[in-house]
Amino acid sequence: MREDCPDDLRYTKDHEWARIEGNIATVGITRHAVEQLGDITQVDLPKEGDEVAQATVFGTVESVKAVSDLFAPLTGRVIKVNDPLQDSPEYVNEDPYDEGWMIQIELKDPGELSKLMSAADYVAFLRELESQ
Amino acid sequence: MMRHREKLIFEHGSPGRTGASLPPAEVPEAEPADVWPANVRRGTEPRLPEVSEVEVTRHFTRLSQWNFFIDAGLYPLGSCTMKYNPKINERVARLAEFASIHPYRPQAEMQGSLEVMWRLERALCEIGGFERVTLQPAAGAHGELCGLMLIVAYHRDRGRRPSKVLIPDSAHGTNPASVSLNHLKVVTLPTGEDGLLHADTVRAACDDDVAALMLTNPSTLGLFEENVAEIAEIVHARGGLVYMDGANFNALMGKLRPGETGVDVMHFNLHKTFTTPHGGGGPGSGPVGVRQALVPFLPTPTVEREGERFRLEFNRPKSVGRLRSFYGNFGMHVRAYTYIREMGAAGLTRATELAVLNANYLRARLKDTYHLPYDRLCMHEVVLSDKTLKRDTGVQTLDVAKRLMDHGFHPPTIYFPLVVPGALMIEPTETETPETLDEFVAAMRSIADEARRDPERVKSAPHEVGMRRLDEARAARNPKLRWRPQGESEG
Amino acid sequence: MRYLPHTQADVARMLEAIGVGSIEELFSSIPSRLRLTRELDLPPALDEATLLGHLQELGSKNRTHLAFLGAGIHHHPAPASVDMLLSRAEFYTAYTPYQPEISQGTLQAIFEFQTIVAELFGLDVANASMYDGASACAEAVLMARRLTGRGRVVLARGLHPEYREVCAAYLRGAELGEESRAEAPWLPSGSCDLAALDRLLADDIACVVVQSPNFFGVLEDLDAIAKLAHSRGALAVAVVCEPAAMALARAPGEAGFDLAVGEGLGFCGHTSLGGPGVGLLAARAEHVRALPGRLVGETVDADGQRGYVLTLATREQHIRRERATSNICTNQGLMALAFTIHMCMLGRHGLTRLARINLARAEYARRLLGRLPGYALRFDGPMFNELTLRVPGGSASRCVEALGERGVLPGVPLSRFPSLAVDLGDTLLIGITEAHRKADIDRLASALAEYRG
Repeated sequence: MREDCPDDLRYTKDHEWARIEGNIATVGITRHAVEQLGDITQVDLPKEGDEVAQATVFGTVESVKAVSDLFAPLTGRVIKVNDPLQDSPEYVNEDPYDEGWMIQIELKDPGELSKLMSAADYVAFLRELESQ
Repeated sequence: MMRHREKLIFEHGSPGRTGASLPPAEVPEAEPADVWPANVRRGTEPRLPEVSEVEVTRHFTRLSQWNFFIDAGLYPLGSCTMKYNPKINERVARLAEFASIHPYRPQAEMQGSLEVMWRLERALCEIGGFERVTLQPAAGAHGELCGLMLIVAYHRDRGRRPSKVLIPDSAHGTNPASVSLNHLKVVTLPTGEDGLLHADTVRAACDDDVAALMLTNPSTLGLFEENVAEIAEIVHARGGLVYMDGANFNALMGKLRPGETGVDVMHFNLHKTFTTPHGGGGPGSGPVGVRQALVPFLPTPTVEREGERFRLEFNRPKSVGRLRSFYGNFGMHVRAYTYIREMGAAGLTRATELAVLNANYLRARLKDTYHLPYDRLCMHEVVLSDKTLKRDTGVQTLDVAKRLMDHGFHPPTIYFPLVVPGALMIEPTETETPETLDEFVAAMRSIADEARRDPERVKSAPHEVGMRRLDEARAARNPKLRWRPQGESEG
Repeated sequence: MRYLPHTQADVARMLEAIGVGSIEELFSSIPSRLRLTRELDLPPALDEATLLGHLQELGSKNRTHLAFLGAGIHHHPAPASVDMLLSRAEFYTAYTPYQPEISQGTLQAIFEFQTIVAELFGLDVANASMYDGASACAEAVLMARRLTGRGRVVLARGLHPEYREVCAAYLRGAELGEESRAEAPWLPSGSCDLAALDRLLADDIACVVVQSPNFFGVLEDLDAIAKLAHSRGALAVAVVCEPAAMALARAPGEAGFDLAVGEGLGFCGHTSLGGPGVGLLAARAEHVRALPGRLVGETVDADGQRGYVLTLATREQHIRRERATSNICTNQGLMALAFTIHMCMLGRHGLTRLARINLARAEYARRLLGRLPGYALRFDGPMFNELTLRVPGGSASRCVEALGERGVLPGVPLSRFPSLAVDLGDTLLIGITEAHRKADIDRLASALAEYRG
């Protein structure tokens, strides 16, 4: 399952992904993160207009037995929030890279992209974690 | 164990039924509409069930039959100390003189109860090595809250406001939560490779801004924190105090008195070490023992003795105040006192010895079947993990727990402490016979074998308890926390 | 020893399996300088008969004669069936229902308790209980602060003095000191001064806390108070120390309150010096995720069978740790069960009947005692089953002492509470329930009649 890391996305060590289209990044959590959490019961996200900063907490995701912080992969302003997740957090389990997207950010500093991993790098990172 | 699929009590009965037996009014009736203005009158009557006594009795009897309980079998939850609940305690607690006393009777009319409280305090002081013990906190977590309040008061009294509390990463969640309730900051300390907290770790983290260090001893890994005295010295040298979580005190009675190891304040759990019944989740009782320096700050009131008389002391200018109404869980005080008087010094010490013997016996007999993260002597509990089982078969701790239920045992604590992934925390207690432990070992081995032969059977357990695994995600996503009549919305 | 089953042979066999020579060796990880080197200094062990005799002797030093005490616990004798059911080992030797598949008894009982508490208060949800009414009140205040983001609170002075003390202790850590709490005074009727409350409300007030029936037995105008609180963005928190009142009196939820807390001990059978109790906590549906304490929810198993589980655990300390809604771990399981069974035995009609008897007897007492020469009702607002009586001579505690010699405890002298002693030192707080027969009330009246101060 850890091979399920779409090539066109960028990744962070906190198991978030970002899809970059021009100056907009769509953000969510990876399949690996979803498996660690189990059935997701609640997602707490910021509001449109909020500012988020790279590597700082922008929300939380909860499963039955755990709460995890969500870390912004990039800095910018939140321009869209996936509201249906409020009533249907299970979208994150079912389709973490598409229906389970969380927020869209208008990027402040595209230079930050260099800090993110490619799909191949992320897969290697996961393999390293596994062996520990 | 008979398992009935029992409806909710609200789904029983018929309009107009009651199980009440009330005296006649004997005086003229008073109509709310006559004696009260409209703005204080109830609009719609509360919709309580309408059932006869027979229906209520059957309902709760049937519900009771779908429970696991100590009197039925081994209940090896780690750090919960599920030891046998003596029946003489129940008899004593129900003596009318103790059971029917209202807390606001004049003190002269409650001398018996006050004496029980005073004697219990003296006994706990002796057992724990403390100057005084407050019996007010209603549970262990309440005791932690109390202990931290005492520590804050101590510092403020000296004109200081240190803001940090050091807590090892193996600690129970109530520890950091109690710190937050006191508006202090948690600093988490890593335990060492050997599972223990090390003096160097504490020394590096300890500065003048440390109000306290909170320690569980033995730790939640079932290991004695050998460095406790040195750690206490380090904390004291920087002006901080040491709080001990006494959840695991069953490993120490008669062997060590925490007050003599540098611990300044500790909570006892009467519902663990001292046999007061767990009641399906409570009530507990969390008395807090303190050394001399913290005595002025104890909650109000305390129980004092003057010759043959006992009284409540309310005039305590430096007290942290009150943490609950009245005086604490007296019903638990009298049970714990009865237990301590039955056992005596030799009995309590023997209880500790056999608790530690039983846990080590399980460790020795299971270490080759399950992964043992710390291969050394444990105290009253042992922590195993699913590391090898999961790697070899894909079967995890949760599955083992659910399959154990099919064997007639309550599972141990699972997934705690967090420092051991897939933890199984097993505390048999001293009241279990060696034969019961052998049966438990046999069941655990059988499950490990089955995990290799037929992992799906284990992963889909339980099979024989009348219910399959419950959908906890659904319960959290769409919380349904009460019954409502047909058609009524959730609000 | 009867709870320690191991024989010498058992111990020897087990030591061998472990690979140590003695029990002493099992304690070798304790540094020897920390070891206790003497036996604990405790009285010698006792056999059961001697033990029972000892406790009975201690018990005999308590007095249990006729008493009219309320003040936070109103004793409603439970039928024999309650204690019999509670004494089932399946209930009292069970633990927290962490493994729901084998704990449906405990879980379903709590689900029923949650329903009953919510119904009594007229609110949407209730939790699995708190330690007692006072700590529930303090936690409700902390909850209101979390929900509104505001720091200060207003407490009505008609709130039980010990509840006010506990709120103060819990708020002390918030570093607001005395300024954290403002107190709204009472009117001559005994109810809360709404004009004064209005003046105390400000934009930094998280909640208003009011008890009804209040500490003096007087019913408050809950709708008006909720309106006032909400008009300034504060939450409205009700305290109900006498759940029986909820059969006849306005429920907090009906009046628009956000949170309600209370004490259920009066229905649990044994008063036991006031503890263990059972704290009740209920809220509007929108606040459920901010609730402290355990919650039981309904779900289904893999076969679609209805069942119950502990839920929304991510609020709690074992998951959120320092960010939890509270540090609370246990609920008052067995006490909540007692409350539930008693309420089910009474049921809708029984509770209403019980409440009407209480009201009738209290009305009778009020007329009788209010007529005694030298005595007067202190507060005359609408009352349920508790009344305040001014005694001749100016000292309620002297009155209590005098009547003690006649085997009657007439009530709680309000001089007992430092915050009330100055204004109300001449006042008795008299609690009456269905446990007090007409003959008992007549006896109280004649005993008081003979006391002239």
